[in-house]
Amino acid sequence: MNWVAWKMLNGDTAKYLGAVFGVAFGVLLITQQASIFVGLMSRTANPLRDVREASVWVTDRHQQNADEIEPISDGALYRIRGVEGMDWAVRLYKGVARGRRPDGIFRQVILLGVDDHTFVGAPRTILMGDLADLRRPSAVFIDKAGHESLWPGEPLRLGREIEMNERRAVIVGICETSAPFQSFPVVVATYSQATQFIARERKQLSFVVGAPVAGVTPAEACRRIKAATGFEALTYDQFVWQTINYYMANTGIPVNFGITIVLGFIVGAAIAGQTFYLFTLENLRHFGALKAMGVNNRRLIGMVLLQAAIIGAVGYSLGVGMAVSFFEVTGRVLPDLRGINIPWQVAVGTAGVVIAIITVASLMSLRRVLLLEPAVVFRG
Amino acid sequence: MPTPVQTPASDSRGQSPAVGVACRGVEKEFGSGETRTRVLHGIDVDIGCGALTLLVGPSGCGKTTLISIIAGLLDPTAGDVTLFGTPQSRLRGNRLVDFRARNVGFVFQQYNLLPSLTAAENVAVPLLVARQPRKRAIERAGGVLEAVGLGSRLKAFPNQLSGGQQQRVAIARALVHEPRLLVCDEPTAALDSQSGQTVMDLLKSVAVHPDRTVIVVTHDSRVLQFGDRLLEMADGRIVHDTIPRPSIPLSSP
Repeated sequence: MNWVAWKMLNGDTAKYLGAVFGVAFGVLLITQQASIFVGLMSRTANPLRDVREASVWVTDRHQQNADEIEPISDGALYRIRGVEGMDWAVRLYKGVARGRRPDGIFRQVILLGVDDHTFVGAPRTILMGDLADLRRPSAVFIDKAGHESLWPGEPLRLGREIEMNERRAVIVGICETSAPFQSFPVVVATYSQATQFIARERKQLSFVVGAPVAGVTPAEACRRIKAATGFEALTYDQFVWQTINYYMANTGIPVNFGITIVLGFIVGAAIAGQTFYLFTLENLRHFGALKAMGVNNRRLIGMVLLQAAIIGAVGYSLGVGMAVSFFEVTGRVLPDLRGINIPWQVAVGTAGVVIAIITVASLMSLRRVLLLEPAVVFRG
Repeated sequence: MPTPVQTPASDSRGQSPAVGVACRGVEKEFGSGETRTRVLHGIDVDIGCGALTLLVGPSGCGKTTLISIIAGLLDPTAGDVTLFGTPQSRLRGNRLVDFRARNVGFVFQQYNLLPSLTAAENVAVPLLVARQPRKRAIERAGGVLEAVGLGSRLKAFPNQLSGGQQQRVAIARALVHEPRLLVCDEPTAALDSQSGQTVMDLLKSVAVHPDRTVIVVTHDSRVLQFGDRLLEMADGRIVHDTIPRPSIPLSSP
């Protein structure tokens, strides 16, 4: 009877497509918005989360997120290196500067200062230039999107200059970094060079990053650092989630995206549910005839669930396909949306939502089918 | 207890036909309290095999309710129906559904063909209900459609067929699993005279089968000539049980 169920569904093209569209639209809305939300939230710790070699992050104990940094004294580096269980620790600077082209056009930039000797924190994907050139005077790397932002429409080229804090910076390399939350260009220099590009403060060290020796977990190392120095010490995951949680709790972003996602569910459920319910209503006399012919309730439930499952599966595939296409196209055309894709958790969660939608739609329809008296077929 | 209305004593060969349907004290009420309505009042009737039985009467007299009970689609409030020796009261739930699937065929006034299935596929549905493989079911359905004169329209969809053709497809569907009871509800009501005659000829030929009982509910006086037996109902009772005389042909003006 599954074949009959499929033919019944396929035969009513308008309702079939209507219900599929309802699910697909809901899936598109939910997947796209949830993915952008997850992408945005994960960007809040960018580009620092690219520094994956550091499993221990140390900073001021009152810091709440990676964008509001209270510098600590340079001497902190040595205190942390002296904590038992630490294998290595280096300085890392993160700040915001104003990058000005020679013709006066400027943009706010995120300035990263990586350890002069080890380059811990330096970008991993180099598109042009050599990382060793960072040691040259006034040398900086800039991320590709930042280059395109400062020199829109122009080809990538080394040797360009920008001015930061009235100091000349020469672009000696172009790299890829994870897209930052603020969409600012990312400029990378050595730590000692970076601190020259910003207004002088008594304390300038943003972070000490490092890793423990083998046998000591990052969490244990953090505990020891806190006890020994009083600084905030976080594991890599804690550091990333500290910033994400800050933005979740202190901005309207989750609520706004949440509203859209809920709307996607409601609209999807309403269109798909109502269309599928109407489809069932219009086929009630056929279901009645099948009942009269000896199709029991269990098989009828199977037929209705199969029809709903087909709608759900086709709608989900279409919706996710459209969302993937959206991110594929926008990732190439809009640099601000680069790197946003559909996390598997969103795909699985959306599948759960679709199951909820088709379950609601099926239950509404099944109620009518199961309560149907087969004798109704004799009522003309 | 009132005396049951008996099946005609003998057929044209002088043999007593087997009883296919036996109703005993069948009553049916709908509603409750002040809105309770009694639709059938103690129906007692035996309906034999190998004959076409017409159930006639004005609208609201209880014809549809009676055939619904006979076919096992409705439970009587009181009394019992025995189909081919099996009391329906002994069958409940899926056993009744399975019994109906094996033994009863339905022809509906509005055909109730699935619009997205071809004629052959529609006819195959009862075989699919009986879990026969689809290919074999459709092949068998084609054979039955040949028998009702629609061998050339196997792949036609219902909306490509005339009303008479659709009803013949519906009859083929009702017969494909070789049921012992065929229940037809106003099979000619939506048809013109010519198509109605074709359909009734077909039903008449089907009813000749010695192990089959065919009951046709109708208030179309033009088809009375096709009946081997006429049960006339009024106000929930069978008031006349006769063998109709040949009357005006269906196709006559």
